[in-house]
Amino acid sequence: MPYQRIKFYQTGSFAAGNRLLSPELRSVQSLAQRSNTLTCGHRACQGCGEALGARYALDAVMRATKGKMIAVNATGCLEVFSTPFPETSWQVAWLHSLFGNAPAVASGVAAALRAKGRADIRVVGQGGDGGTVDIGMACLSGMFERGDDVLYICYDNQAYMNTGVQRSGATPPAARTATTPAVGEEPGNTFGQGKNVPLIAMAHEIPYVATATVADLRDLEYKAARAMDFRGARYLHILVPCPLGWGSAPADTIKVARLATESGLFPVFEAEDGEVVSATPIRHRVPVTDYLRTQARYAHLFRPAERTRIIARVQAAADRNIARFGLLESPDDSERVVPAPPARAHHAGGR
Amino acid sequence: MLRQIEGSQAVAAAVAMCRPEVICAYPITPQTHIVEALGAKVKKGELNAEFLNVESEFAAMSVAIGASAAGARAYTATASQGLLYMSEAVYNAAGLGLPIVMTVANRAIGAPINIWNDHSDAMSQRDAGWIQLYAETSQEALDLHIQAFKIAEELANPVMVCMDGFLLTHASERADIPAQDQVDRFLPPYVPRQMLDPADPVSIGAMVGPEAFTEVRYLAQARMQQALEVIPSAAAGFSMAFGRSSGGLVRPYLTGDAEIIVVALGSVLGTVKDTVDELRAEGMRIGVLGITTFRPFPVLAVREALGTDSRLRRIVVLERALAPGTDGIVTADIRMALAASDGRPPRAPDALVSTVVAGLGGRAITRKSLRAMLADTVSGRLGPLTFLDLDTSLVSRELDRMRAARRSGPSAENMLRDLGITASRVS
Repeated sequence: MPYQRIKFYQTGSFAAGNRLLSPELRSVQSLAQRSNTLTCGHRACQGCGEALGARYALDAVMRATKGKMIAVNATGCLEVFSTPFPETSWQVAWLHSLFGNAPAVASGVAAALRAKGRADIRVVGQGGDGGTVDIGMACLSGMFERGDDVLYICYDNQAYMNTGVQRSGATPPAARTATTPAVGEEPGNTFGQGKNVPLIAMAHEIPYVATATVADLRDLEYKAARAMDFRGARYLHILVPCPLGWGSAPADTIKVARLATESGLFPVFEAEDGEVVSATPIRHRVPVTDYLRTQARYAHLFRPAERTRIIARVQAAADRNIARFGLLESPDDSERVVPAPPARAHHAGGR
Repeated sequence: MLRQIEGSQAVAAAVAMCRPEVICAYPITPQTHIVEALGAKVKKGELNAEFLNVESEFAAMSVAIGASAAGARAYTATASQGLLYMSEAVYNAAGLGLPIVMTVANRAIGAPINIWNDHSDAMSQRDAGWIQLYAETSQEALDLHIQAFKIAEELANPVMVCMDGFLLTHASERADIPAQDQVDRFLPPYVPRQMLDPADPVSIGAMVGPEAFTEVRYLAQARMQQALEVIPSAAAGFSMAFGRSSGGLVRPYLTGDAEIIVVALGSVLGTVKDTVDELRAEGMRIGVLGITTFRPFPVLAVREALGTDSRLRRIVVLERALAPGTDGIVTADIRMALAASDGRPPRAPDALVSTVVAGLGGRAITRKSLRAMLADTVSGRLGPLTFLDLDTSLVSRELDRMRAARRSGPSAENMLRDLGITASRVS
């Protein structure tokens, strides 16, 4: 396997997965031996949440599977910025076929491995929200209902960023995109549209569904590793801010993702066999305006005058999430958020 | 072993003996019997393969892509709308150089929706980069599948085996079913050039820009050139191993002294040859050129077959698909073969090419119709483009209506009303 030395830059106690902790509590990202699945030199934008999320998630899966992983990628930013011919940033076995078929291609890889008696090798499918919730939905649902042994990861940046920020089925209400411009009486994306794929995944009663963000590295790594404890179809939905499409500062990617969860707009939870088993409580609740103000895609909600009626509807959506997933309940069951010890990550396969 | 067997069952038996490791299935008439039979074999434990019931043809080809890239021998079957629905993945499989074998049980494309046989489906994918083989009989369909895996894996290029829907898939014919050990000797296990393997990780399917895209496409063309040698060699090897001749590039029949040669693909060749036999007995010098390999198009073999005698006056191309706005897909390729594409002067400069569109959407191509058409050819009455057995009064009534009122919309329903087989307008 090609090996590239990993460089760490110590910029504070939160850097590189908190290496000031004792070794068994450190995150995968803090380990010099991590697989570095998506190595440096790729062409993602500054502050790209997807590049970060993909590396966190796949490194965690690589550790959980002891390096026995094959990744299947949908067309999109992640594919384009990582493999400009003749270069590749992937240090794992990796296949890209089309935009809408990554879950089915991953099913095919899993079937081949089963046929060859190599079920020790695990398969991850991955794509952006366009490739997952829109054009890839049929293949994703098919993969779910057949129970194919695939972890599918959606890196959700809430629009078609690769083609120039057009609306997807995951674009939130009021957000400006190139096809939902901030003009007229109802500027930005329409309210009452879009779909919640984590809940759709749960409706398939697959063994494991979880959401995560790049703001909570330990939780993300835990969920990617936890997903590998199960056989069958699993789904991980990761919120990955896109500075280009959201109009946020590249340096604020983690902060914006954190505000998305702390406002209640993006609930972080996990579900087994169709039932929610844990939700990450909000530590410091913030009004949605704290989140919206960080992004130019919501600028029309504040300029020239604050559109209080529209902001109230966004706040209502956040309040509904908080009530629905119990995000403000006392965090009695939050113990599992403690980083998974290495032993846990090692027993890949079998429940 | 000789058996009276349905074409689909014969093909399923052959595919099973090729030991596919992953089979993906999505139902579409008239291909269903093949995957049903394979599914049963897997379920009974007679065939050790993964059988996936997928949610669409697009998924079927995508699963085959993943399986093949992971080093498994992959197979699927489809037809008609299904082939079009998976089209994006069909091109992708070829671009990735994956040796997938797919049966296409040829069927018309709608609208109007039609489940019966013609070649519109496979012809629509002629430039997808797949090798296309057309079977004349059930026996040949069976044989071509065994050859297809060998050709595909030798070239790292997918192969489509086209067999006429219903006419071959559902007809019961005598077929010689080979023994498993014969197939095993002929077809070695699949050894991929490059595959997904965590122990030796590679990136497959990277983005290629202007700096190398042309070169990648050039290599696709080079593979097709190579296929023109690999396909006859597979056919020759098959003949040695199984004792019968199947496949190859083209099948000339009595072309040596022919004044008229009929060019066709698929199961209609049987009827054409029977008709030609009758007409030869009446003194007409007519021959037949069957095209088994349509992609890559065997230009030199076609030239060789068409250009052996200066007495050739007319080439009649039977088109089993309509390419609206042109005179025919096969016709265009025949003209290309006749032209000096290899730098040599045309071999049959005086021969005129006529297109006969026939057997669309399952309309039977009868000996009677072929006799009448060939009689017209002999007497010089056959025009450049003819629709065999066209109901001219039916279309002229609709043409009159179209001239009378400028309106958009489908015409099939209007014509059905003329035929009196649909409810009249409710007023």
